[in-house]
Amino acid sequence: MQIFEKLIDKNGLVFAFLVIAAVVFVSDWLSKNVLKNKIPGSAIAILTGLVLAYFGGIISGGEKGISDIELFKGIGFMGNSMFRDFAIVATAIGASWAIMKKAGMLGIVSLLIGVSFFFLMGVLMAYIWGYRDAISLCTIGAGACTYVVGPVTGAAVGASSEVIALSIATGVVKAISVTILTPLVAKRIGLNSPSSAMAFGGLLGTNSGVAAGLAATDPALVPYGSLTATFYTGLGCLLCPSLFYLFLGWIF
Amino acid sequence: MIMYGLGILAFSYLSGQWLGETLGQLMGIDANVGGVGFAMLILISLKTWFEKKQWTDFGFGIDFWNKMYVPIVIAMSASQNVKVAVSSGILAVLAGLIPTVLLFALFPALIKYFNKN
Repeated sequence: MQIFEKLIDKNGLVFAFLVIAAVVFVSDWLSKNVLKNKIPGSAIAILTGLVLAYFGGIISGGEKGISDIELFKGIGFMGNSMFRDFAIVATAIGASWAIMKKAGMLGIVSLLIGVSFFFLMGVLMAYIWGYRDAISLCTIGAGACTYVVGPVTGAAVGASSEVIALSIATGVVKAISVTILTPLVAKRIGLNSPSSAMAFGGLLGTNSGVAAGLAATDPALVPYGSLTATFYTGLGCLLCPSLFYLFLGWIF
Repeated sequence: MIMYGLGILAFSYLSGQWLGETLGQLMGIDANVGGVGFAMLILISLKTWFEKKQWTDFGFGIDFWNKMYVPIVIAMSASQNVKVAVSSGILAVLAGLIPTVLLFALFPALIKYFNKN
């Protein structure tokens, strides 16, 4: 047993390959044989990942899902933002320059609408919940954009750590919702072309959610969605603590 | 040659991230602004340019990472802080979920509007 633990400890990333391969295998089997191809195997695999993350968090008490369990720490390394972004950039090799250029304006417009929409909705929910001060409202609204915009904004406007934690949780819920819902509704909402994927990335924004949601829907759409989504967090960090905060300050 | 593709990908990635970090700093915010997007644009431009020069010996190194994308996203999902999302109260769940569902519902109308203009 000691040899086994030592082996895994030394080769965490390789063990992660094995674990993820097993998850993919079981998910593909479930997709084909139990769900009759109604839900793509990759969507089930990503969902399984989220479930594993939940139990990992319960067992370890940590913040990084299953990778906080010593045995599975390689999974955290495999899924870190460096590998994720590196692989996203690689998906661009199958993308078309002409389409991206044509849909560029659409991307910018959808980014502006997306950030404003989620901010306003987040503020509205926090208001209904009972928050009345501009600082808390702004931070939770920013959290409704992404789980990075929330804490960055909260720190900038001086929110309490409790509100900042809430804004992170809000952003995480958004990322998970986008991950789960996208493959389920993609066909019904017309998410099937490069330009609609670009609008989708700009409107929804949350990098991990868009990346996972589109991967489970149609991997060919990933570069288009990611191209716009990658500007979302930056735009949110720019607008929320400045313009949007001033705006809230007027009202409250 | 696998290493050529990998080198081109690494070059694009790092230059894009550098641009994103620089842009973030110029704007005075503590975030990377569009680094991945810039990297993708650089990669596509390089690919187009190389193909014009009739040099296509770099596909494999990039294609491997292109296909690794879904497994990496699965690993990423398994490392998310799902516990905090489930346990930090109804407001976080509502403020995260409701706007998302609403936007999905509005998406077809928005796309139609975009296509008209």
